This record gives sequence, structure tokens and C-alpha cells, in this order.
Amino acid sequence: MTYLLRVLLTLALLTGTAVFAQGEPPAVDTTLVDTTTVAPPAPVTGLTGKDRDNDHGHAIELTWTPSVDDLENPSGARSVLRYRIMMWKPTEAYRVDTLRQMYDMVRSNYAPIRVYKPLVDSALILIDQGMVDVSALPFEVLLPEGINRTDAPAEMMKYVRKALQDTLAAMTAQVDISKDSVKVFRSNFLAAVESLPEAFNANGPSSGHGAWDSVGAEVPGATFFRHAGSKEEVSPDFLPDYADLYYRVDAATSDPAVYTASDVCGPVQASGQWYNSGRTVVLISVIIFTILTVVFVQQARRGKELYVRPLAGIEAVDDAIGRATEMGKPILYVLGLGAASDIATIASFTILSRVAKRVAEYQTQLIVPTYDPIVMTVAQEVVKSSYLDAGRPDDYNEDIVYFVTQSQFAYVAAVNGVMLRQLPATNVYMGKFYAESLILAETGALAGSIQIAGTDEIAQIPFFVVACDYTLIGEELYAASAYLGGEPVLLGSLKAQDYAKALFVVCAVAGFLTLILADATGAHWLAQFKQWFMVAD
Amino acid sequence: MKRQVPLLITFFVGTLLIVSIFSPATENLGEEFSVFFDVIAVFAFFLGGGNLLRVHLTKISRKREDWVYSVVTLVGFIVMLWAGLFKIGNEGGIAASVTEESSLFGMVFYSVLIPLQSTMYSLLAFFIASASYRAFRAKNREATILLVAAFIILLGRTAFGTMLTSWMPPSLSLAEIPNLAIWIMNSPNLAGQRAIMIGIGLGVVSMSLRIILGVERTYLGDDGK
Repeated sequence: MTYLLRVLLTLALLTGTAVFAQGEPPAVDTTLVDTTTVAPPAPVTGLTGKDRDNDHGHAIELTWTPSVDDLENPSGARSVLRYRIMMWKPTEAYRVDTLRQMYDMVRSNYAPIRVYKPLVDSALILIDQGMVDVSALPFEVLLPEGINRTDAPAEMMKYVRKALQDTLAAMTAQVDISKDSVKVFRSNFLAAVESLPEAFNANGPSSGHGAWDSVGAEVPGATFFRHAGSKEEVSPDFLPDYADLYYRVDAATSDPAVYTASDVCGPVQASGQWYNSGRTVVLISVIIFTILTVVFVQQARRGKELYVRPLAGIEAVDDAIGRATEMGKPILYVLGLGAASDIATIASFTILSRVAKRVAEYQTQLIVPTYDPIVMTVAQEVVKSSYLDAGRPDDYNEDIVYFVTQSQFAYVAAVNGVMLRQLPATNVYMGKFYAESLILAETGALAGSIQIAGTDEIAQIPFFVVACDYTLIGEELYAASAYLGGEPVLLGSLKAQDYAKALFVVCAVAGFLTLILADATGAHWLAQFKQWFMVAD
Repeated sequence: MKRQVPLLITFFVGTLLIVSIFSPATENLGEEFSVFFDVIAVFAFFLGGGNLLRVHLTKISRKREDWVYSVVTLVGFIVMLWAGLFKIGNEGGIAASVTEESSLFGMVFYSVLIPLQSTMYSLLAFFIASASYRAFRAKNREATILLVAAFIILLGRTAFGTMLTSWMPPSLSLAEIPNLAIWIMNSPNLAGQRAIMIGIGLGVVSMSLRIILGVERTYLGDDGK
């Protein structure tokens, strides 16, 4: 009873609150309504524009000093609520906009007309020949109220005929449907676009032939704007390269009519660069790494012994295959959810090749369920080749590698089913894995299989570490493919990888120490050290 | 020749895409090349479907172990293919979208496949619990550190963890459990992750160089010997 009373009271309280909330109209906060006239604010100063560095062109960067009356400036009138970025557009640019719209319209109307006009024409012929079945038409005909499918067929077909004729007339009235008309519109538009830089260069704001156009807005306190236009001529945001562009920034207030324009900045031209200097450090790293790789591969080819750190997970592969052979149970190899173009999947193919070769030698059963049809095709080729290399082409069976599904959890269900029904002695997971990693690995652990995993998906590594016997962490997956083969050339690239890693560690420690020293000594040049390693977008 | 042509294509395209990274003028080249991959992928769906049919029909015809599951797979495949291709039950007929909820395809997709997928996904919660139980057993020093760190993070993400150390003076705020949890995540954990990421980056570059230079060619069904 007490409980019921509490529930009733709570409900009453909630209902009452809602009712009272509905009943009381909100009071109008008159303090927010500004009834006074806004005074024109102080203008933006120091407006400068320049081409954006390291891009493909079509972008300008503007910087300025905010208005004294900026909302963020407590000492000013705080009336500037936003900055409107304006660009001067010559009359020719507006003509190009109109031509673009017309070309778009012609292009978008041409395709449906091309498809539907023959259908409408054939339907009209059928109706004229006496067809009375509406459902036989290649269209869904929407009948207006008052006309039913059960009405007299002749009357209804009369309506349908009229409707089709009207639709066709409306379609063709909008645009000339000949293919040539699209070409004409396109060539007119492209010719106009080509002349745009000249139009911009000849008609600046002082010429009066044009108008200011808003290209964006910024919030109070902003000092920077990037006018990133499109390089596609058909885009409404197209911004021509090598054209004289003029900008101004309006300090806008709450009253749309009250704003103050800055001084005009320009001319400024956008242009693309062939080399992105912001990525020089990456280029240097790639060159060093390539040189290291080539040097070590050459050394390996000349027969030099290269020591490569042992990988427990890879050394366990042979033992695991041996175990499966002794137990007479299969080996399950999972390539993950990656596409054939993923580097992790390519590394997995290499490991699969070695595993398949050893499996063929030991005459053990191999199961490779795949998620992606392309991965399946490549894996089939890899396994077939390995059986051939092992001298047992007759043992290769096309059912070893098979396609399951491209649905993530359906794939997991299928692979888990294989694990629990066939109880493989060893499960190998190599490649790209996502949320399914733990479901697979835990099911394998429950089935009592030895498990070896390797992935470059950082979020999944802990799951594999917990549930598998051996895990290849991150780059060990790529190293494994070289390590397993034991071929000198591949080991050479692995050696280069280790040296590059050492170089990275040296750079990281040097950067760390330099920044600490910069803080301690106040030396500006030391603080700049990290700038050498900054990479542009 | 059979191997040389693909290797030449790989070398040419790989080098071109490396150059495109450093040249803004060609920065969209990667996206444009991915269209080629998409075109090939379309044909690969036929391969996938064909393989599925072949494998399961063989299994059924030879009455291999668990052949009943193959019947279920094939029935599901054929029904969905039929429902999707012919837009069975679509209000708008053949011109309507295949994912329309009122269609047979939509109905099976939303009422059967989605709940089944959710069920599989929800298993993750139980597997996380069983995996955590194994991982957090303090068998050795590393496992003990893992257990302590996990315990602090678990506590730090709960109101109880906040309450436990809320009495601490501001000068010792770093020792408060929620702050300790944040520190573990942002410092040792992130440092470890970044180390792995650097290794992965180098591994990817190394593997890519091996592929571009033709040293690694297993993906062609050739181990280079």
C-alpha cells in the first residue's frame, strides 16, 4: 500500500510539473531585445591575403586584426557579431554562374528524358491501339480522386493518355533534348570559364563592372579565413587560379543594414604547387628508409649473414602445424576482414603461403574461410602455389579456401561454427580485425585450439594478447612474412626496418631533450627544433 | 612474362602514388585509382557467389558432415537474391529502392539479419568478461601491473571511485583515482600505443617497398624463388 502511494505521488508530481510547465507562458525577457539603433562599428584593419601554400591551387588565406568593437573585446562597443568575407566578382563571373546553372539543368534533364521519352512514346502507341490495362504500362500511373481502376476502361485510358502527353510536353518544354544541345551548353560554359581569369584581371573593384559577393563568414574574435574554392569547373565554388582576386571583410552587427567594410585587399592570386614543402621531412625519411632497404637487400644478396630478432609467435607456427598433424586435426587460417589492397592482408597472404607450404608437407588439413571475394581469389592462388612448391599439387583441394559472406557478424558466426564443429588444433588469425577479434579468439580458446594472432589494428591487439597463445604485435605482422621465409632478401628489408626504428628513437629522445633544454634555458632556436619535424596537411 | 607484367604495373602505380603524396597537383590520384579497384570488386562478387554455391552444393550432393547447414545457407542466399533482384513486395515496384522496409528483402534484412547480427555482437560483452578474468589473474609481475592498472581505471570511471578519494586535498589531486585513471590512459597507455603505431608505420612502409620493388611477390601466388 505504501509502495503504491509512493508511486502515485511520484506520478502526480511528474504530471503536475508538466501541467504547470504547460500552463505558465514563458515570460518575455525584454532585456535581450535591443531597441536602440546600432552604431556602425569600427572596421577590420590590416587585412592581408595570400595564396595557400602547398596545395593544388584554388585557395586564398586571409588574415586581419579584429574590429575594436568585436564582441570578444570587452573594451569596445561589442557590437560586431560576425565577420562577412566578401570577394569581388566581375560581371563575367556572374554570367559564368548563369551558364553553369543552365548547363546543369540541361545535363540533369537530358538523362531522364532519354530514358523515359521512348517509354512514354511506346505507351501512347499502345493506348492508341486500344490497350485498356493500366497495369500493363511501364509506369505507375497515379489516378486522381474520383477516377478508379474499376471505372470504364475507355474513360480511364483517356485520362492516362492525357496525363502522359502532358508529362511529355512538360519534360520537353524545359530543355532541348537533342544530344547536341548538351554539347553546345557545355562548350559555351567551358569557353566562359576559360575567360574568367582575364575577366578578373581586367575588372577589379575600381572598374565598377561587378559586385561584391559573400564567400563565407567568421565568428567574433576570428582573425583568419581560408577561401577554399573548388578546382572543378562545374562546381559553383570554382575559384580560378592566376586571377586577380580582391577581398574585403565586413564587420557585421545585429542590424543587417549596419556594417563597416574594411579596406580592400588585393590583387591576390591562387596557384597550385608541384611540390608540398610541408612534407619534406617525410620525403627525407622515405629516402633514408629506401636507401637502408636497398643497402641491406644488396648485402643479403651478396651472402652476408643478417641477424634478425626472433619472433616467438612465428617460431610457434611450425610447432602448431606439427601439433595439428599429430592430433589429426585441421588448421584454421583466418585472413580477417581486410580487403586485398590492405597491407595487413597482403602480409597475411605471405604468412598463409608459408603455413600452406608446411601444411602440404605434413599433409595436414587446412581451412581458410574468407570474408572478401577478391581476398578469396588471391588466397586460392597463394595456397595452390604453396602446394605446388611443396611438391604436393594433387593434395590441393579447391574447398580449402572458400567464401563465407561479407557481413561481419555472419562471418564470425560461420567461423565460430567451424571452430566448434571441426575443433581445429591450431587457429591462425592474421590481417585486419575489428570487433570480431575477441569473439573469434575466445571461441577458439574455448575449443582448446592453439592460437596465433597478428594484426595492425591497435584496438584489437589487447584482445588477441589476452585470448591467444602467441600474438604478433603491430609491425611484427609485416616482419613475420619476411621472417618466416628466412630468405636473405626479405630479411634485408627487415634489418632496414630495425635501423629506421632506431633512428626514430634517437630523433624522439633528441626532441624530448631539446624541448626540456629550451624550457630551462629559454633558447628560442631550441624551441624551434620540433618545427623541423612538423608535417603539413 | 606472366609475373613480370603485374610486377611492372605494381612498380609503376606504387611509385606514382608515392609521388602523389608529395605533389599537391596529383593528390587525388589515390582516389582515382581506387575506382579501378571498385570496378574489379564488382566482378569479384560473382566469384564470391559462385564459390558459395559450388562449395555448398558439393557438400549437399555428397551428404558431407553438417550438410544441413549448407541447405540453410543456400536457401537464405537464394531467397535474398530473389527478393532483392525482383524487389518482391516493394510498394514502388521494380523502380523502388531495394532496402524499402515493406519489401520482402527489407523485412528479412531488418527482422532477421539485424537481430541476428546484434545477437552475435552482444556476445562480445560475455567474452570480454571471460577474457578479463583470464588476463587479470596476477600470475606474474606484468599481469599484476595489468590488474592494478585495470582496477584503477575501472574505479576511476565510476562514481564510487570519485567518492573514495574526494577527501584528498587539492595538492594531492593527481593521486585521486579518477585523475590517476586519466593519467594511466593518457601517459603510459598512449606512449605504448604510439610506439606500436610508429612500428606499424615503418612496417607498412617496409612492406610497401618490398612490394613495389618486387622483392615480395607472394600475393601473386609466387614466392620469388
